[in-house]
Amino acid sequence: MTMLDTPLTGRIEGPAGPAHTADHAHASPTPIGFWIYLMSDCIIFGCLFATYAVLGYGYAGGPAPHDLFEPGFVAWETALLLFSSITFGIAMLRAEAHDLKGTTLWLIVTGLLGLGFIAMEIYEFNHLIHIGAGPDRSAFLSSFFVLVGTHGLHVTGGLIWLVTLTIQLNWKGLTSANMQRLSTLSMFWHFLDLVWIGVFSFVYLVRLV
Amino acid sequence: MATDAVQPAEVWTPFFGRLTLDWIPYHEPILVGTFGAIVLGGLVLLAILTKYRLWVPLWKDWITTIDHKKIGIMYMILGFIMFVRGFADALMMRAQQAMAAGGAEGYLPPHHFDQVFTAHGVIMIFFVAMAFVTGIMNYVMPAQIGARDVAFPFLNNFSFWMTVAGALLVNISLFVGEFARVGWLAFPPLSGSDYSTGPGMDYYLWSLQIAGVGTTLSGINLVATIFKMRAPGMKLFDMPVFTWTTLCTNVLIVAAFPVLTATLALLTLDRYLGTHFFTNDMGGNAMMYVNLIWIWGHPEVYILIIPIFGVFSEIVSTFSGKPLFGYKTMVWATACIMVLSFVVWLHHFFTMGSGANVNTFFGITTMIIAVPTGVKIFNWLFTMYKGRVRFEVPMLWTVGFLVTFTIGGMTGVLLAVPPVDFQLHNTLFLIAHFHNVIIGGVVFGVMAAVTFWWPKAFGFKLDDRWGKRSFWFWCIGFYFAFMPLYALGLMGVTRRMNAYMDSAWQIYFVIAAFGAGLIALGIASTFIGFFVSIKNRKALACGPDPWNGRTLEWAMQSPPAPYNFPQEVHVRGRDEWWRMKQEGFQWSEIYEPIHMPKNTASGVLIAAFALVLGFAMVWYIWWLAIVSFFACLAIGIAHTFNYNRDYWIPESDIAKQEQKGALA
Repeated sequence: MTMLDTPLTGRIEGPAGPAHTADHAHASPTPIGFWIYLMSDCIIFGCLFATYAVLGYGYAGGPAPHDLFEPGFVAWETALLLFSSITFGIAMLRAEAHDLKGTTLWLIVTGLLGLGFIAMEIYEFNHLIHIGAGPDRSAFLSSFFVLVGTHGLHVTGGLIWLVTLTIQLNWKGLTSANMQRLSTLSMFWHFLDLVWIGVFSFVYLVRLV
Repeated sequence: MATDAVQPAEVWTPFFGRLTLDWIPYHEPILVGTFGAIVLGGLVLLAILTKYRLWVPLWKDWITTIDHKKIGIMYMILGFIMFVRGFADALMMRAQQAMAAGGAEGYLPPHHFDQVFTAHGVIMIFFVAMAFVTGIMNYVMPAQIGARDVAFPFLNNFSFWMTVAGALLVNISLFVGEFARVGWLAFPPLSGSDYSTGPGMDYYLWSLQIAGVGTTLSGINLVATIFKMRAPGMKLFDMPVFTWTTLCTNVLIVAAFPVLTATLALLTLDRYLGTHFFTNDMGGNAMMYVNLIWIWGHPEVYILIIPIFGVFSEIVSTFSGKPLFGYKTMVWATACIMVLSFVVWLHHFFTMGSGANVNTFFGITTMIIAVPTGVKIFNWLFTMYKGRVRFEVPMLWTVGFLVTFTIGGMTGVLLAVPPVDFQLHNTLFLIAHFHNVIIGGVVFGVMAAVTFWWPKAFGFKLDDRWGKRSFWFWCIGFYFAFMPLYALGLMGVTRRMNAYMDSAWQIYFVIAAFGAGLIALGIASTFIGFFVSIKNRKALACGPDPWNGRTLEWAMQSPPAPYNFPQEVHVRGRDEWWRMKQEGFQWSEIYEPIHMPKNTASGVLIAAFALVLGFAMVWYIWWLAIVSFFACLAIGIAHTFNYNRDYWIPESDIAKQEQKGALA
């Protein structure tokens, strides 16, 4: 659409001019909107990190990090999630190259890596509860389970989104609407990766040295 | 609300969870009467809707609407309905305390009284004040920046219905079960599973959590709107002050509400899964909750008042016929308040005992907030100075605000002094202080805003006489209701007391109750005013710009067309509409199709299942919780499969609409 002439008697300043396009010339608000959402989510994680920092030494006579965490196991979990970020990056590159098949393939790889991460986390939680180190054992374990579990729930949500979007990509193709969705999911996925680096460092690593 | 001191026995069945008939208060005449009245009113409403065939328009034009203006109006309706509920609680408390002196018990037993003050606080903050300010921001801000809608219109509809779902859950607690008895911020361990058995506390948690989702999303939406949807040419420092205050408020919402979400989630886990975040034993720390909840809670009070500062800025400059004095200082003062509101939370519990150094820090930061607020007060005064001030109703509220809010601000600075706070903590002095700023600030501001923008929304002004009556009843009623509480607080009377022995206090409580009665007349005047004005709408009809406004919302028709502006506006500076008027602006009669979003039912459906989910969780009806959770998820996913979300309004429709508007 071209600009509509509003009969103004004054001189028009600012970016408006005959070359200006109206209405949908506004760049999509989705990226900035999603960024703002991510920042608000980040604050939720911030609260949970703070809670872990404050309550993480309340063992109530129960097990401490040394008794529970296995660095090797966590390293594998971390590797799965970090590689899934790389594969998502490759999927994005394939999408930019208009390669639907490649995009789908790499999204599936990403999903499988994410699924592996979640499976390992469920195994770990199940194991801890089984040996009597569940979230109701002490404030330390409450804050551990909730911080790590909240991240896990986010990854699960991301997986549901990823499956939905993969179906939509193969239904509608790499349209501009779908490209937008893909890059939004990619922001979400990398964000979860970043949060996990925090979890890995502050929840596991620092408490083991 | 069950009134026997003994709660029904805890029984759990797979189908109904812990909900048994004993939880229905059919032996309570007051509640049965209220319930009967609501059912009767509901039936009359249903009959009217059916008789005039309004079901389809209601669904198509309102419930599924994504129009920011209609959503704004619905927020205001929600606010007024919940206001009546919250004010009924206030009258009950005032009556109880006026009676229960020197051994008298009054008419409300303690555990009922406790539910009343909890419900009053929760409703007034979350479902009245928040609904009002969100409604005003939703209606006015997009118009002020020359936009056609918000950045995410569907999300806006969804946010609104989530707020409604939370409000409904609170009201369901009145007739099914009970409400929390813990005070509006629900400090543990009192709110934990050991001391708050029964569903009341769970109603609190789930209703706030559901409404909180709506608030956070609406905050994200409005920030993105201001950043991305401004009319071409409008630089940040060209935005009207109300838009600036909306920006700061929504930044606060985005930054503070996640803290509430996290905190309430942790308390929920303590209650449902036996975790130990805020318990007394097993390493838990109840003061962690108090810190977290106030890290949300203090910004929250600024979330309520900052948009109101914007409202008064618009009104003062309009009715003084001058640009706002000190526009830039107003913006910076707002931004300062926004930042400072995050570094004062500890002043709510100086008595925690964190030591002189910590208390000093938070005392000083609190006092510093008075500086930018003072800047604002002087800006408003200097705007009026040598202006041609017109004392219309919105201006009356403004002057009432300037005086009342300044007094409230000064008692706030008093409370910011830690040694003074040790004397006044949790006394009625505090209650008087925050009502002083919330009523004198937020409520007066909302009433001013409603009077100011009503003609824009509906095309006719509100009746002047009833507006003035409402103002005088409110203003005088406020002083009668709360000045005695300052005196009582200085005598050491604590808050939330069901009865007291010292009958020397009674006269103050009686005066306060009289004040509450005056306020009731003020509220009645407002509603009568609405009724009278709607009845006389032909005589009160006004053009699109009845107050000689300065900002772009007055360039729209009254009531505005769905697309707001027939052509895009090019902004060249502040008070653009004022400049356009000076230049004899006319809309062009050459129209082009306008791109608009389509209505959708997804938002209201997800919110409906969220309400069921909340109810099921409160009563431990696990199967229903699982079903409704997956229903929310399924509707959400199904919504993303709809790619056909917008349409074009053809030129002919715009031409017709504009002609109609010109005639009105």
